[in-house]
Amino acid sequence: MRGTLWGACCAWLSVGLLVGLAGGVRAQEEGGAAEEGAPGRITGNVQLLWQSYAPDSLIGAVVPPEKSALNAYGNLIYTRGNFSAGMRYESYLNAVVGFPGRFKGTGVGYRFARYSDPEVGLDITLGNFYEQFGSGIVLRSYEERALGIDNALDGFRLILTPVPGLELKALLGKQRLDFNDGLILGPGLVRAVDAQVSLNDLREAWSVRDLRVTLGGNFVSRFQAGSTIAKDTLVLTLPQNVAAWSYRLGVQRGRWSGNVEYATKINDPSADNQYVYRKGEALLVDLAYAQRGFGWVLNAKTVDNMSFRSDRNVLLFDLPINYIPAITKQHTYNLAATLYPYATVVAGESSIGGELYYTVPKETWLGGRYGTRVTLNVAAANGLDTTRLQGVEGATMGFQRNSWGFGPSKFVRDVNVLLERKVNADLKLKYAYFYLEFNTLATPVTTTFKGLVYADIHVLEAQWKTAPKQSLRAEVQGLFTEQDKGDWATAIVEYTWSPHWFASVMDQYNYGNPDVGARVHYLYGAVGYTEGPHRLAVGYGKRREGIFCIGGVCRAVPASNGFEVTFTSSF
Amino acid sequence: MKPMNALSNSLRAGIAVCALFLLTLPSWGQKLPSVTLRDLNGKSVNTASLAQSGAPTLVCFWATWCSPCKRELNAYMEHYAEWQKRTGVRIVAVSIDDARSTSRVAPYVSSVDWDYQVLLDPNKEFARAMQVINVPHTFLVDGKGQIVWQHNNYADGDEDEVFQQLLKYGRK
Repeated sequence: MRGTLWGACCAWLSVGLLVGLAGGVRAQEEGGAAEEGAPGRITGNVQLLWQSYAPDSLIGAVVPPEKSALNAYGNLIYTRGNFSAGMRYESYLNAVVGFPGRFKGTGVGYRFARYSDPEVGLDITLGNFYEQFGSGIVLRSYEERALGIDNALDGFRLILTPVPGLELKALLGKQRLDFNDGLILGPGLVRAVDAQVSLNDLREAWSVRDLRVTLGGNFVSRFQAGSTIAKDTLVLTLPQNVAAWSYRLGVQRGRWSGNVEYATKINDPSADNQYVYRKGEALLVDLAYAQRGFGWVLNAKTVDNMSFRSDRNVLLFDLPINYIPAITKQHTYNLAATLYPYATVVAGESSIGGELYYTVPKETWLGGRYGTRVTLNVAAANGLDTTRLQGVEGATMGFQRNSWGFGPSKFVRDVNVLLERKVNADLKLKYAYFYLEFNTLATPVTTTFKGLVYADIHVLEAQWKTAPKQSLRAEVQGLFTEQDKGDWATAIVEYTWSPHWFASVMDQYNYGNPDVGARVHYLYGAVGYTEGPHRLAVGYGKRREGIFCIGGVCRAVPASNGFEVTFTSSF
Repeated sequence: MKPMNALSNSLRAGIAVCALFLLTLPSWGQKLPSVTLRDLNGKSVNTASLAQSGAPTLVCFWATWCSPCKRELNAYMEHYAEWQKRTGVRIVAVSIDDARSTSRVAPYVSSVDWDYQVLLDPNKEFARAMQVINVPHTFLVDGKGQIVWQHNNYADGDEDEVFQQLLKYGRK
């Protein structure tokens, strides 16, 4: 496998090299400007994360035998006219704590060659690629590197735009599963087609209309070899081909916009659903309104048995074909973001949420001299309204859904408000309040408590311009709960000297932990230097055990103690 | 035999990379890659066409969940009218919000009254093509379409450096 991939990599690069050498060929630069004999361009980026680990029994710090770890990534993309080829070199020497420990070694984890000619509406990719159909509830391949999530497809993709406003996509490939000195693919084949029509782009007369309508649909099929499984007294045949499809509609008019997507999936017995044969369904709806100084959005979502993977036997983050976004807001303040972050329960949930933005006009009592910004956010999710089936039907179908509404099991309630006010030219203040009800059985973010956590979180942030190009930012946060690990407090102080330097200190203190011995300060300091697109940061301290989430996908990270060096660079 | 093969393959790949590197040195300047995105009105926009002829363009990658990104673009907004007047700059704010928060982009942008062109890049296709690792990441494209400056991260006061760069590449 490794040799094959190295060979493939060399092949891609050789193709690029050959094209580059063909200097007499007319190169069509992006933007339409032609450059005779241009040799092509190369761009790239580098990202390094190195951590050292020291023992710390107080926080239960993990110390791997090698005592330090490195994740490193280097991307290169060669572009000449409509042709591009690229690769990502990855190193896990060894993988940092919290990353999938099976990521090992060093090698090429991503490589592609692509020809894209917007003039004729043709786009062909060979090798690895990321793709998303609609909102992604049937197909989304993407990378969240910080979480170690990468389900890139490896195969062939064709995108055609035969007429303006009509886009057709077809792809075939396997998904990235693992990394061991190179890319390791999952066993299933993914075949997919998607069509999208933007009605207003079809005819010039419609392009100026206020009402804009986009329609789309897709069909995704997974093939995985399989035979039978034994369940109770039954011997069940596993479907080798599993199909899912969705329809979507987007409408915009003036200040209003709305989107709806409905997806379904045929019987797909898998480890996620305890190998039952019921079909899957999902419905996503959003409605938004936006005008100067004011806007709001409402979201509703129902998901029933919509885990869809290219290997029916894997769990957690492995080989997802689709992506179901979480209804809750992705919080940015430390305690709200990392202690009880919600992720969609793809086995089944109904949820509703919304957000309202309002800027109180300036020169008013509430708005002050510069205006006051208010953000109100609400989200609620419950389990589905279902009835458990019994006997053979229960073994094969699991349950029946009674309605699309909320079932009795509460998963999450998240109500939060953020107030932002610029007091004068040098001082900005923010206050945030969060009310949380969080079911740790539905989203198992902690091992110390099972049930509903009720928590209040208060945050006060001040940003003070201390001198030209210098700024001090401070946060004080408190989380108050009688469940799980009890009360927390966090303080952050950050000083920046634009455009190069920053220094920060953060202390998280679990002062209300019922276990007095676990009332620990997690003190962490960092300094960093930025020069254009290059950034180096060095930190030292205790890293708390917790949940690290991006985009509604979360990974548990164990506690650790030591140095951390990060470096990123783009060119 | 396996280690030797691996070494040999590594050398082959290394030579190919070095050759490409040397081959492309004469044209190190980068232009905006071609990716089709949608704006907040649902219209398709090809990113290669974002650069202005004869005036600079700032392309800023951000997300609704990124506090420094919002601080950066709100800070730019305070100076935008003056920057436009003196340099002719246009700001394009590219949101990398995915399906979880894409629908929040338009209401947020309206509420803070950004006068920028806002594009949606929900699966980071444009961000990847621009070699963006983290947001905020800001690119300055000159009036000839070349990316002449870029900056990762945001700290209060960075807008002063941006303005100096705009003066350098803006309308004379």
